Amino acid sequence: MKIKLLDIAHGRSGDKGDASNIGIIAYDDNGFEIIKRYLTEEKVKKHFEGICLGKVERFELPNIRALNFVLHDTLGGGGTVSLKHDAQGKTLAAALLRMEIEI
Amino acid sequence: MRNKIRIASGQGFWGDLIDAPFYQVTKGEVDYLVMDYLAEVTMSILQKQKNKNPKLGYAKDIPELMKRILPICVEKNIKIITNGGGVNPIACAEAVMEVARELKIKKLKIAVVLGDDIKDRIDEIISSGCELNNMETGESIINVKDKILSANVYFGAIPIVDGLKQDANIVITGRTTDTGLTLAPMIYEFGWEKENYNLMSAGTIAGHILECGAQSSGGNFLGDWQSIPNMAEIGFPIAEAFSYGEVIITKHKNTGGKVSFETVAEQLVYEIGDPKSYITPDCIADFSSIKLEDLGNDRVKVFNVKGSGPTDFYKVSCSYADGFSSSSTLTYSWPQALTKAKAADKILRRRLENLKLQFDEIRSEYIGFNSCHGPLSKEIDEEDLNEIMLRVAVRSHDYYSVERFGKEIAPLILTGPPSVTGFAGGRPKPSEVVAYWPALIPKKLVKPVVKIIEL
Repeated sequence: MKIKLLDIAHGRSGDKGDASNIGIIAYDDNGFEIIKRYLTEEKVKKHFEGICLGKVERFELPNIRALNFVLHDTLGGGGTVSLKHDAQGKTLAAALLRMEIEI
Repeated sequence: MRNKIRIASGQGFWGDLIDAPFYQVTKGEVDYLVMDYLAEVTMSILQKQKNKNPKLGYAKDIPELMKRILPICVEKNIKIITNGGGVNPIACAEAVMEVARELKIKKLKIAVVLGDDIKDRIDEIISSGCELNNMETGESIINVKDKILSANVYFGAIPIVDGLKQDANIVITGRTTDTGLTLAPMIYEFGWEKENYNLMSAGTIAGHILECGAQSSGGNFLGDWQSIPNMAEIGFPIAEAFSYGEVIITKHKNTGGKVSFETVAEQLVYEIGDPKSYITPDCIADFSSIKLEDLGNDRVKVFNVKGSGPTDFYKVSCSYADGFSSSSTLTYSWPQALTKAKAADKILRRRLENLKLQFDEIRSEYIGFNSCHGPLSKEIDEEDLNEIMLRVAVRSHDYYSVERFGKEIAPLILTGPPSVTGFAGGRPKPSEVVAYWPALIPKKLVKPVVKIIEL
């Protein structure tokens, strides 16, 4: 069965230098089990191929049913160095929620 | 000693809703108004303003705002805490005093937190053995020393507490952590020991929830965003803090927006790294310990916060000049909007190449197609595309190349693909690229100083 991440979670993204952090929050416990199991560092790195040029780190916040991903080398230099229209990675949470998960 | 205070967030960044602080102090009861004005690049912009005029270098919105809110805050005894002093907190305080005099306010005390600006101390700090190595690359600051535009230490809540202890109505700081602005009144009002790291973390997390203004009360909410009522009159968040460390996030009644588990949770994950280790000068807060309970009616309880002691270092934020950049846009209409925009980009790049200009990077994006999600963007049948905006940006250490790029955009209108519009505002001028240099400095090398200015 295919699940759209957008249907089971929401989130927010932003910048820290040239890294972007994406927090993904599941709407319920079942959703959290799914993202915890399927949203691995490797999967997120592959999803952002061509965007995230560095490593992806994953952290867990089970208290709010959330995962936090830090995507290194992602914002074209960050700050005012970046030439990207979305230099602060504000739309990257939505980009991650595009993912479809096969469960 | 009080056991409960209400702290209102008035600004999430410099450029936020101008009327928000006014509504925070008029639409309901609050004890403190906290306003964060400083993003990473803001200090360098302020430093440039100060270089031109020694009386500038702070958030210029503040004196204007004070004209509206100072009489109210003085009457209701609402204390104001802001880091909008930027690189010139004294000048900011004097400008506020000037406003107070104009308003014929009789008694006012402003505490100014100084000592964060280490721009003129770099050599001395390096010779003491701290090379302010870049936290991301490990490189020593010596390599960019001559290009430094600003260098500021992030202070925490304690210098603000010192100001409040001296009965200040207003505390104006330079580079203070956003979270410290909110934690400080809790330490002061509740007499919290600064070694009680669970309490320090509770106040810090309340600060994190407040620091981006309405981003925790329904703004920029990615969940069911259409369910957020009346965003036009969005209420900014308020932290109702209790002396035992619990905090209820809420907003004034009769305002728009929403405070819910989801809106607060989104702000909690905003711009964090390892949630177990949120490092500030005051503590290391553990975001994975926080419990959130949605009490309904725009009230969310934040409790059970755990944390540990801070490190022996302050974070330093330096900025330095690193070349020039420019960007410009052109809009192409149906039919074949994307094909036309791509053709224009190709023509432009060929011309830049023929001119033998030097760029560190040229980036082309197609707004309406892929400027946000890049390669993740869905392929679109061009027949369905009404229009595309081509955005080209360049960066170079050669000023001339960037300037010349600006002269190559408008010609595309008459010498490139058809049905193009949207070039307005003249040739884009090169702007200075300000690069960011994060570092650490031993706490013993810097000392916050609190200066009192009285009316």
